[in-house]
Amino acid sequence: MKNPAQASMRPAHSLPVRIMHWVNVYALCCMLFGGWEIYNASPDLPFLFPQWATLGGWLGGALAWHLSAMWLLVINGAAYVLYGIFSGHFKRDLPPPSPKAFLRDMWAAVCLRLPHKTGHYNAVQRLLYGGVICILVIEVLTGLSIWKPVQFGGLVSLFGGFVLARNIHLAMMILIVGFIVVHLALVAIVPRTLVSMFKSVPSDPQEANDA
Amino acid sequence: MLEKRRKPVITPDDIRADLDRFSRRAFLRGSLSLGGLAMLTGCNLSTDSGVDAALKAILRFDDKIQAKLFDPARLAQTYPASAITEPFRFNAYYPDWQVRGVPDDWRLEVAGQVTDKKAWTLDALQSLPQESQITRHICIEGWSQVGQWRGVPLAVFLRKIGADTRAKYVKFTCFDDYTTSIDMASALHPQTILALEFVGKPLTPEWGAPVRLRIPTKLGFKSAKNLRAIEVTNSFAGGYWENQGYDWFAGV
Repeated sequence: MKNPAQASMRPAHSLPVRIMHWVNVYALCCMLFGGWEIYNASPDLPFLFPQWATLGGWLGGALAWHLSAMWLLVINGAAYVLYGIFSGHFKRDLPPPSPKAFLRDMWAAVCLRLPHKTGHYNAVQRLLYGGVICILVIEVLTGLSIWKPVQFGGLVSLFGGFVLARNIHLAMMILIVGFIVVHLALVAIVPRTLVSMFKSVPSDPQEANDA
Repeated sequence: MLEKRRKPVITPDDIRADLDRFSRRAFLRGSLSLGGLAMLTGCNLSTDSGVDAALKAILRFDDKIQAKLFDPARLAQTYPASAITEPFRFNAYYPDWQVRGVPDDWRLEVAGQVTDKKAWTLDALQSLPQESQITRHICIEGWSQVGQWRGVPLAVFLRKIGADTRAKYVKFTCFDDYTTSIDMASALHPQTILALEFVGKPLTPEWGAPVRLRIPTKLGFKSAKNLRAIEVTNSFAGGYWENQGYDWFAGV
């Protein structure tokens, strides 16, 4: 028989998922902070990102970061998608939720009655995580479009031309930042989820139902 | 149509934005930022740190990938005349009141691996076959605009001067002290032209008179204005922006 105490100890995810998550954090930080400096060179919205939040010091430096970190982001992201498909991670953990399940869990979350079970996604999490993965894919594709609008002409027309592709790239960035804000806020509410992205934690939702 | 250029009267207010931008950049180069702190910086390509060296190495790797992605037969999208951007935005490494007029004794000099090094007058260039294009000029800063240029295909000119088209680079030197260089494959692309006209009129100084490079398969800073000399060479020639850290290939 299993020792119940032992059985309830687990990390949030398999080791590959945890490693790819933290690599993605680094790559995405480089892309965002460098990207904000690039945006500042030709701002399309009536604001600039503050200099303390940017990377590279000037446009050339920021582009060097952006066009270097893109390899890490894409290679790591591709590895994650392949792992997600072949390990069953997507099928098991990330099936798109039914609207009913989403509304039920969303209501429970709003009432602060939605338990956080380590390693198990509720319907709200499934929609958010699945959604941000799709958004990241669009972000990479629009990024390729504005990096190589002539060589990847077909991709650019898919996004309605160079100017629109660039605007979509910016809009997706804003959604990604929005996701990160919500994600970090939830981690702040349930801090043991941060620990669980490194090592095993007790997975009993009763014990950890502090949300 | 282009507005007639009037003699500019510059007040400090007119250039305040530029002045602010320059002082901001000077300040930034010495500053740390949240992004910088998080990624171990001041790394902005101007230091000899290991991170800057790594960034430069990755930029050179990116250049190789870009050269592989470049398809000599793929044309940049062309547009109808109705799509031409008006007013067209001036851009250079200096503000427009510093635009230089064409020197009286101007000739286009030719150097390097070519058989005929005779310098060219504007009349001689006008007697060569001309091509017109309406294409998108994409700035590395992210903005873009559609313009119309007409001039001599660079491939035609290179053959005319007996250039060794197996050489690696074509270097452009301008009389405003700007320089840039491009790979031979891009130089021979059918849409790469030595432009003599902009939107149906001979180039004026701010648009690159008397001759400019127009290369829609690369970012805007590669389309050098106010040309003075063209050199065909095997030694890497860099350029004004490239030497400061913009990626050299700069293909789009």
